Amino acid sequence: MEFGPHLLLAVLEGLVTASILSLTAMGLSLVFGVMRVVNVAHGEAFMLGAVLAWWVTGLVAGHPAVGFVLAALTAPLIVGALAAASDRLVLKRLNYDPDRTIVATIGLLYIAQQTTLMTFGPDARPVEPPFNQRIALPWLERTEEGWTWFYPWGLSITSYKLFVIAAAAAILVAIWLVITRTRAGLLMRATQQDSETAQAFGIPVGTVYSVVFGIGAALAALGAVLVVPIQQAHYLMGGEPLLLSFIVVIIGGLGSLPGTVIAALLIGLSDGIISVFFSPTLAKIIATLLVAMVLVFRPQGLLGKAQT
Amino acid sequence: MPLTKIDRRSTLLGLGASAGALAMGTRFTHAQSAAPIKIGFQKHATGIGAAYGRWYDATTQAAAARINEMGGINGRPLEIVIEDDGTDPKRGAEVLEKFASQHECDVAFGTLFSHVVIGSAPRAGELKLPYFVVSEGHHVASGMLNRYTLQPGITDVKSQVQSMAPFVANNLGKKVTMIYPDFAFGHDHRDYFSAAIAAQGGEVVAKIAIPPTETSFTRYFPQIPRETEVIYHVMVGPAVLTFVKEMGEFFGPSRPEIFGFIDSLEAVAIDSPGLEFLEGTYFWEGAPRHAQANQTEYDAAFRAAVGVDDRGASVDDPRDISTYAHMFGCWDTLNVIKAGMEASGYRGPGDRAALIEAVEAMTDMPLGMDHPTGAKLFNGKTHQAFGEQHISRVEDGNLVVVHTASIEDGLYEDEVDYTTQSF
Repeated sequence: MEFGPHLLLAVLEGLVTASILSLTAMGLSLVFGVMRVVNVAHGEAFMLGAVLAWWVTGLVAGHPAVGFVLAALTAPLIVGALAAASDRLVLKRLNYDPDRTIVATIGLLYIAQQTTLMTFGPDARPVEPPFNQRIALPWLERTEEGWTWFYPWGLSITSYKLFVIAAAAAILVAIWLVITRTRAGLLMRATQQDSETAQAFGIPVGTVYSVVFGIGAALAALGAVLVVPIQQAHYLMGGEPLLLSFIVVIIGGLGSLPGTVIAALLIGLSDGIISVFFSPTLAKIIATLLVAMVLVFRPQGLLGKAQT
Repeated sequence: MPLTKIDRRSTLLGLGASAGALAMGTRFTHAQSAAPIKIGFQKHATGIGAAYGRWYDATTQAAAARINEMGGINGRPLEIVIEDDGTDPKRGAEVLEKFASQHECDVAFGTLFSHVVIGSAPRAGELKLPYFVVSEGHHVASGMLNRYTLQPGITDVKSQVQSMAPFVANNLGKKVTMIYPDFAFGHDHRDYFSAAIAAQGGEVVAKIAIPPTETSFTRYFPQIPRETEVIYHVMVGPAVLTFVKEMGEFFGPSRPEIFGFIDSLEAVAIDSPGLEFLEGTYFWEGAPRHAQANQTEYDAAFRAAVGVDDRGASVDDPRDISTYAHMFGCWDTLNVIKAGMEASGYRGPGDRAALIEAVEAMTDMPLGMDHPTGAKLFNGKTHQAFGEQHISRVEDGNLVVVHTASIEDGLYEDEVDYTTQSF
């Protein structure tokens, strides 16, 4: 493939990765920012979202869009409720002790994974996209008659992938509005800044924690619902989003939402471009190297505030 | 007695098997010992091989039930002891150890993924535990493993691709781009198909290796050179459907000829949404998933015993597709173990060497209920079986066999003589 079309394809693929990643990483970042909990089970919320999407779409007959919309509404809710419940049942009992919550969320990871294996089974299951047209993209070429358009082999995207990019952007704007413009967002920000003072001012910190943990998981689940018509639901699919989310959150700055989006774009696009032109393994190596560099030279992340 | 951990599943299975054995008590009384013959089944219950593991299990249970109905082996009932290897080589070796020392199994059996076989076989040799793999990998016949490792139930990759190459070169095209998983099994495909297509006057113009845990594939397809006439694909793992779908989206309406190993779609329905572009493409199949017009009575009986329908789906759930092109290997292998134990008068672990010698002495394995999907020819020196291979074309969402390569098409010169190795 020629360089130009090749690069365009890489950028488009990278944008899809970045969109999903920014939603998933946003959930992880929110939970860490407000609760100071490193949620190792975050990838399993992603997996549960995908599996539930498969299950919900299987329940309704008719046009695939009906099932998809239903899945987009219910799967994040169910996953969020499960996460909020596990916050009440497990994390709260540990007083959000940083070390013990890591161990506890590792336990939650295995419970989610094995329960899914025992019920849903080991197979990868497809979800039909609500719409999916292949859109061939044209490219300019200089011929004897001057510049002409042509359609290079393989340069294409599907309408569904474009929708994923748009949907992720819309959801991110919505989250930003909720956090900056609503009372719920105010409570979250107050709890994030100083949970003890917030409690002294009558903010129900326990409830805020449960809600934030639920929202964090629901965001991962929503990302999974968006991605599952492209990939398939599988009980081991939570590993990669977890790893990439950690990379994004560390680079962007723990708890910084704009930083998370910027880092997700950076990692998603570089992953897309490097893996198309070189190898996917090299893309992972560079992402990990970037994490190491950030930790050495700017431990608070690109947009994180230094701890005082 | 050391404190040991037995998982619930194997305990339940053990209970079930014991109850079954009790119920059949009278039928086994003529044997000197009515204690069961224990077959350790190294199952990919979790990990990237889990879809195969589940169907290998179903096939194994069906084959064991049939053997027990016929009176067992040497008058003794057969008991399948299951351990999950997580499709992980390190765990695989540990599982063999459990079979040998904890469960006191007579033989181990049933591994598919080549990296698990390669990781486990040396331990089988050390434990002197006969290890019957159902893996397709060329590592048995290449001489890489040892005298305790045998593959009598399924043809190896080298033989498969050798018998496919003439069809590809003569009917589809001579410039081939290969897409394969980046581990031993994929490398077998790469090496032996490159050689086989060169022998037919063709060439491999690009080799695209994909990590086995990859979930997104569009990024690899730009490496396919424009001159490609045929895509040769063989993928495994949970993301196979994504792979095939994204390949269709990449090419759109102007695709080259496509020849794939059904591994790329095992456990996936051929009429899944997004796979319409596969219409008119070709697949290798070890056994045809969709019942053909000339289906034998044995194939029909085999489907009934395992519980799959004419489209290779579970009779309970038509959305649950089996790994039909591979799983017969478990059925065949258990019957080979039975024949070997009977020929050698096998009584216990002391007779393991005699069992291996008895299997090594086997040659023709005719079509019949013991080998319901096709006859095989076993080479005792290389420990490898050879069977007929099929090429199916997707026509109206059906896999229709258009070419069957004979056993002779897949034969190659011996690369090892395991019978000269000591026990």
